[in-house]
Amino acid sequence: MARTGFRGRMASARGAFSGFLSSVVSRGVDDATWEELEEALILADAGVGATTALLDRLKERAKAEKVTDADALVALLKDQLAEDLGGRDLELRADGNPAVWLFVGVNGAGKTTTIGKLAAREAQGGRKVVLAAGDTYRAAAVEQLGLWADRSGAELVRGAEGADPSSVVYDAIEHASAAGVPLVMADTAGRLHTRTNLMDELAKIYRVAGKGPGMVTEVLLVIDASTGQNGLAQARRFTETAELTGVVLTKLDGSAKGGIVMAVQNELDIPVKLVGLGEGVGDLVEFDAVEFVEALLS
Amino acid sequence: MFDTLSNRFEGIFKRMRGLGTLRESDVDEVLREIRLALLEADVNLHVVRSFQERVRQRCVGAEVHRALDPVQQVIKFVHEELITTLGGETLEISHPAKPPTVVLLAGLQGSGKTTNAAKLASWFKQQGRNPMLVGADLQRPAAVDQLRTLGAAIGVPVFSEPSDPIAVARRGVAEAVASSRDVVICDTAGRLAIDDEMMDQVGRISDAIEPHYTFLVVDAMTGQDAVTTAESFHAVLELDGVILTKVDGDARGGAALSVKEVVGRPIAFSSTGEKIDEFELFHPDRVASRILGMGDVLTLIEKAEQVYEEAEAEATAAKLLEGEFTLEDFLEQMRQLKKMGSLQDLVGMLPGAPPELRKAEIEDERIAQVEAIICSMTPQERAAPRMIDGSRRQRIAAGSGTRPSEISQLLRQFGEVQRMMKKMGGGKGPGAGRKKPKKGRKGSRVTPPGSQQKGSRVTAPGSQQNKPGKPKLTLPGLEDGQFDLSSLR
Repeated sequence: MARTGFRGRMASARGAFSGFLSSVVSRGVDDATWEELEEALILADAGVGATTALLDRLKERAKAEKVTDADALVALLKDQLAEDLGGRDLELRADGNPAVWLFVGVNGAGKTTTIGKLAAREAQGGRKVVLAAGDTYRAAAVEQLGLWADRSGAELVRGAEGADPSSVVYDAIEHASAAGVPLVMADTAGRLHTRTNLMDELAKIYRVAGKGPGMVTEVLLVIDASTGQNGLAQARRFTETAELTGVVLTKLDGSAKGGIVMAVQNELDIPVKLVGLGEGVGDLVEFDAVEFVEALLS
Repeated sequence: MFDTLSNRFEGIFKRMRGLGTLRESDVDEVLREIRLALLEADVNLHVVRSFQERVRQRCVGAEVHRALDPVQQVIKFVHEELITTLGGETLEISHPAKPPTVVLLAGLQGSGKTTNAAKLASWFKQQGRNPMLVGADLQRPAAVDQLRTLGAAIGVPVFSEPSDPIAVARRGVAEAVASSRDVVICDTAGRLAIDDEMMDQVGRISDAIEPHYTFLVVDAMTGQDAVTTAESFHAVLELDGVILTKVDGDARGGAALSVKEVVGRPIAFSSTGEKIDEFELFHPDRVASRILGMGDVLTLIEKAEQVYEEAEAEATAAKLLEGEFTLEDFLEQMRQLKKMGSLQDLVGMLPGAPPELRKAEIEDERIAQVEAIICSMTPQERAAPRMIDGSRRQRIAAGSGTRPSEISQLLRQFGEVQRMMKKMGGGKGPGAGRKKPKKGRKGSRVTPPGSQQKGSRVTAPGSQQNKPGKPKLTLPGLEDGQFDLSSLR
């Protein structure tokens, strides 16, 4: 997968850490440094919990490793962040027959677009894909997925508007199985994690998707990079309903820093697997902790 | 949406109520807690800082108000500053003499522009207007289809064509004029605030149609970046307000707090659900009160002040919290209460009043009847309503021109209110969860329940029924403007 541009594009948004970086360089490490770092992390949406946890670890290490100058502290920070966020298996598992990837998230996070881009990527790699139009609520969601299917040459399985989404997903899996297509990507309607009936519906989709010939190998939570602390509540509730295997962080090419993934990883230990860096098909890339941290702090 | 934030505040204030007086270090601690609560709610860091600073300034230079103890004063400052931060006024839409009223919607991708364009159209329709929708989002696949589907559902025509967005917007407005539509709402493509090309495009759309209102659609779940986004859009479009979407989730709405403070434009509308009609004008003052989660205790106190002597006002508030509000008091204060406004309103203003109590039907028309019933009771019955049996009930009913069932109903309701009051003011109330008061702390007066011996005893008029052994109302230390709150429970 292409890694070019990850840093360049994310770095186009400066802000959160620039104050901390410039002051630490000019003054060295003192009490104010920690405060500024705390504020930088908060401004990046890392949240109070994850920020406190990170700072505690950093202070301990700084003391143990006798870090007193700015460069060493920044290096330490990058190292710690990359360690916290990285070292995970980011491979999207596709060992079912067919494998089913479920995309979940709140409204407007970018689920349908993510599926479209992934389908195009798989098609380029020569793998056949069936797309399941499981978002039967949103006006024109099916059309949107259909456009992506046309672009990538994937097959689209759809139901009538207002149809039971779990039956649409099930039909897609059966169809893929019969046609020998190895992968089904299932779109789902955006739902607020506080809506009990919609979360119940998702639980049913998850259950039904595992019942047929297929196997659910990935459940990916799509989160908009501009999401604040509510992202944590989202991840918590979604993983309760359908056990998440990873996070897709979209729209990271904006000015938002996507620090919410630190909070999600800190509390729930769910890895970020993919990152959306732009509108083009090639702009959905594998998450790279080192690049992410470099971009965050550049 | 705002519930989680208000829960936090309630926790902070509960703990504060455990303190009798506040020292500067207490104020600092409270402000730190408030800072955390606001940051967890995604309020922008810079907004938090200035909010914190304003509250601190006011706490330090506070003129001592006789009627409020220091803790209540801090609550008052927080409350007032929160309202300032949120923006006091509800937006009023006015229409130009020469229609149509042109509305432009802008926002980031996925914030909900298209859906809210339709919701806004539907809202205008309910206002008796004839809206039209213009789909100038030619970027997102199927965005125009979505708008058409929504337009059909609410019976509002949609104009769009596959040319360029600026032409679509301009021709859309012309079309609205031609078909005598008096409101035209223009949906635009979602864009990243830092995408110069797209920002330039929405700027040119704005120049082309000269909107009367430009709204930025903001997702309530947005984090710290909401302010940056709003600033960028405001720089290009001169926003009139914000439409806050996805308010029905559990996001804490810090974005809402921050945008007003930084950009100086209020939240105009909020989208409270997925259905088309789940969309309403935003009332900042109501939200500020809800965020504080304390009902509107200050309004209660202010209202009481207008009607009573100050000491009496405190005695009433104290009695309410004490839970020893007797039928006798109720009767004596009936006219005063009536002057203060409807009973239902009063109950709604009580801090921590449980929802079931807030919802309890207390009709003002019934007050006269209630008055008659209480007047028909003997003083003994008023003090101890429990003694009212079947035959007493008959007698009271005959005396007041009501039915015995109505006596029972009143007694039941009164018992309920009394129980709630006790719960709120007493052991299970807001004070229950508070930290153990720090012992021996200078300046703080902690009085164990039931041993309020200090200060002057104030009894509300007509409450001479207080029997020995019953807790007495005490209002110690009023003269220095600080009274021990713990003696009120």
